[in-house]
Amino acid sequence: MAETSFDLIVVGGGPGGYVAAIRAAQLGLKTAVVEREHMGGICLNWGCIPTKALLRTSEVYGLIKHAEAYGLSVKDVSFDPKKIVERSRKVASQLSNGVSMLMKKNKITVFDGEGKLAGTDGARRKIAVTLKDKSSATLTAKDVILATGARARQLPGLEADGKLVWSYKEAMVPPEFPKSLLVIGSGAIGIEFASFYRTMGAEVTVAEVMDRVLPVEDAEVSAFAKRAFEKQGMKILTSATVSNLKKGANNVTATITVGGKAQEITVDRVISAVGIVGNVENIGLEGTKVKVEKTHIVIDQWGATGEPNVYAIGDVAGPPWLAHKAMHEGVLVVEKIAGVKGVHPMKTENIPGCTYCQPQVASIGLTEAAAKAKGLELKVGKFPFIGNGKAIALGEPEGFIKTIFDARTGELLGAHMIGAEVTELIQGYSVAKTLETTEAELMATVFPHPTLSEMMHESVLAAYGRTLHI
Amino acid sequence: MSINILMPALSPTMTEGKLAKWHVKVGDTVKSGQVVCEIETDKATMEVEAVDEGKVGQILVEEGTEGVKVNAVIAVLLEEGEKEAAKSAAPAAATAPKAEEKPAEKPVAPAPKPAAQPAASSGGARIFASPLAKRIAAEKGIDLAGVKGSGPNGRIVKADVENAKPVAAPVAAPKAAPKPTAPAPAAGQPVFVAPGDSRVPHTSIRKVIARRMLESKQTVPHFYLTVDFEIDALLTARQAVNAVVEKKGAKVSVNDMVIKACARALRDHPECNASWTEEEMIQYGAVDISVAVATDRGLITPIVRNADMKGLAQISNEMKDLASRAKSGKLKLEEFQGGGFTISNLGMFGIRDFGAIINTPQAMILAVGAGEERVVVRKGEMVVRTIMSCTLAVDHRVVDGAMGAQFLQTLKAYIEQPAAMLA
Repeated sequence: MAETSFDLIVVGGGPGGYVAAIRAAQLGLKTAVVEREHMGGICLNWGCIPTKALLRTSEVYGLIKHAEAYGLSVKDVSFDPKKIVERSRKVASQLSNGVSMLMKKNKITVFDGEGKLAGTDGARRKIAVTLKDKSSATLTAKDVILATGARARQLPGLEADGKLVWSYKEAMVPPEFPKSLLVIGSGAIGIEFASFYRTMGAEVTVAEVMDRVLPVEDAEVSAFAKRAFEKQGMKILTSATVSNLKKGANNVTATITVGGKAQEITVDRVISAVGIVGNVENIGLEGTKVKVEKTHIVIDQWGATGEPNVYAIGDVAGPPWLAHKAMHEGVLVVEKIAGVKGVHPMKTENIPGCTYCQPQVASIGLTEAAAKAKGLELKVGKFPFIGNGKAIALGEPEGFIKTIFDARTGELLGAHMIGAEVTELIQGYSVAKTLETTEAELMATVFPHPTLSEMMHESVLAAYGRTLHI
Repeated sequence: MSINILMPALSPTMTEGKLAKWHVKVGDTVKSGQVVCEIETDKATMEVEAVDEGKVGQILVEEGTEGVKVNAVIAVLLEEGEKEAAKSAAPAAATAPKAEEKPAEKPVAPAPKPAAQPAASSGGARIFASPLAKRIAAEKGIDLAGVKGSGPNGRIVKADVENAKPVAAPVAAPKAAPKPTAPAPAAGQPVFVAPGDSRVPHTSIRKVIARRMLESKQTVPHFYLTVDFEIDALLTARQAVNAVVEKKGAKVSVNDMVIKACARALRDHPECNASWTEEEMIQYGAVDISVAVATDRGLITPIVRNADMKGLAQISNEMKDLASRAKSGKLKLEEFQGGGFTISNLGMFGIRDFGAIINTPQAMILAVGAGEERVVVRKGEMVVRTIMSCTLAVDHRVVDGAMGAQFLQTLKAYIEQPAAMLA
């Protein structure tokens, strides 16, 4: 066994963990990462990245199916599920190797195994590691960051079995594509798979327990998304509870209750996407002062847990469950540990969120309802894709951009988008919110023509009754 | 990791300076101790040496940039193996604000410097605040100059303004009289610039002279004591001294002897070798004499340290060296900062007598006129003597009239009977 003594040990090599390790190495801390499966974590191997690869396939496929609208004739369009999945896996493995290279480049020691808190040695924390070859090691460090992530939540009766009832993991590597599918849960994960399989030709039913799809988004976005999905042929059931899954030989019959009325549907496969739980087990939290609430580690604004020199970041430390939130948290916690001056706690309202369904959804800050609930007087602007030249040229006239301002101060409280490429647009408002711009600076900004981004400008103008192109 | 080279504070009072000249360019390898650039500061041009080794990756402040804030990143050194594209810590925020950049916030009465470190120095300097913070401040009537910024690089953000209290003066009254402690604006009569007039930008040194002289005249209660010294004996003594020291290459001037005499007198009157502070009087242990030297860039006052303990030849040699380096702008910081007393001599221009402005925080400055033959009355008869008129400007907070007069009596004794300096 090589080195066992470090300044910082990060348990978990996902986006939060590996980014924290790189930042620590940059700041001169001797750093180790303990990762039980793949560098890059779920995000890179079984989440964000491989699903984006799949969704790119469905996007291209969708375009080809509409080739005629663009003046193209394409005949005999078909696809090979195996190749689609292969491409997705290749993308993931390329990036995972990239992360391993980054660890080497930054002289970060990686332990392939499971790490857990194992008490203290004087002022130093001990981490017991069970390596993949079953050997074990004890590492010590001044500080420890727990970045163990989260996993799919299993609801009783709706447990994923990996065959007929899938979690995200099986849904990503199907041996063949189902002809019919029930997706339970319409959060980002559920709706992305629903969108993918629908475009690839499956009959898709989405059951959402809340009264609307994408329930964390602005209500107008949810309503627009529901209509768009239904137009694509998806069946959307809101305020719906799935109570029973009867498994057949190669299908599942589910009982879905909507408004007190139960109905049965039979599908090839079920995807259970009913949220996530934090990975708080087997990491040595028992008997420590690390507090766990609702499967997540409780932290303060600097990522500190109840235990001295033990920090937590990312999914295991609570919502929003987003890779970029984990990365940002990792950086700020490490900088705080290293004594960097001018570190600021993260502002949740400045974290953007993206969903890569078709049409795409992106948002930042408060929804209109949440802003109203705060008792603020609002200026709300909305601009539709149909009013944007680039959107028309792309053949993507569906969607809108909505902005919400505090009428008193001009603060951009929130922005909500649905439509083509909005996941690439939202960062403009993230910068604006982080810089604390008001409507005045956004109005004074020159947006390039012809781009979809012009709608970001128009939406702001619309909030103040000054929109130009509608 | 890359190393940021920061704008150094070459004096405790320095807040900004001019980056006069770069000695290195991007791609150069520098060694620790190597001169990388010259900075024109409060009083002189100073050379800045590299502390670390490395390769110059980026130069962020161009030669000739004025008003570069202390601690701003001026260049980035790369360590071995680093790519030049490596990002510097904060280049954008490090560049000095350009002169044209006017503060964007609404005009407010100049505020006294708050005890807490403001986000940016007040008094016309740009205040860094987010647009939202500015909007909220304007609405709440908060003067941003008094708000401490918690954002990146001390930028004032929404949360800072929300926690700040409005100032008493309404923002709507921008023409409120400046507070008495604030330095008065240079305004007054407007300056009309006609065709053929030229605009000469201020040098750092000119700005410092302007600021310090204004501050001294406005805040120090000056009074003046004029006295005539008969210097025939001093001139005779000078000849005798020079006859000896010239063999060693030294040549003592009248001014060198005045330095020595003042130093001895100050040793005898420690209450005059002092500075006023609000809490207490600071009496200096050493007798350090600042001597005003005119240079092309402006006035500078290098210091003859422990002048009371030094011989005339040594004082003379030191003075020549200091004056020559003052003229080329190569004085070290410690050679012109400090001092307990200043001598300003305009005798070589035939000035008979003048009143000087005290070089704060010192309490006295002696203005030395020309030594000239004058008809004087001695024992009822008109005789010709070489007379040198001097006027002592005194800070009345430190030294009262009688004390100043007694100091001059002692000084007169040393100058008129130079042998006493040997005692």
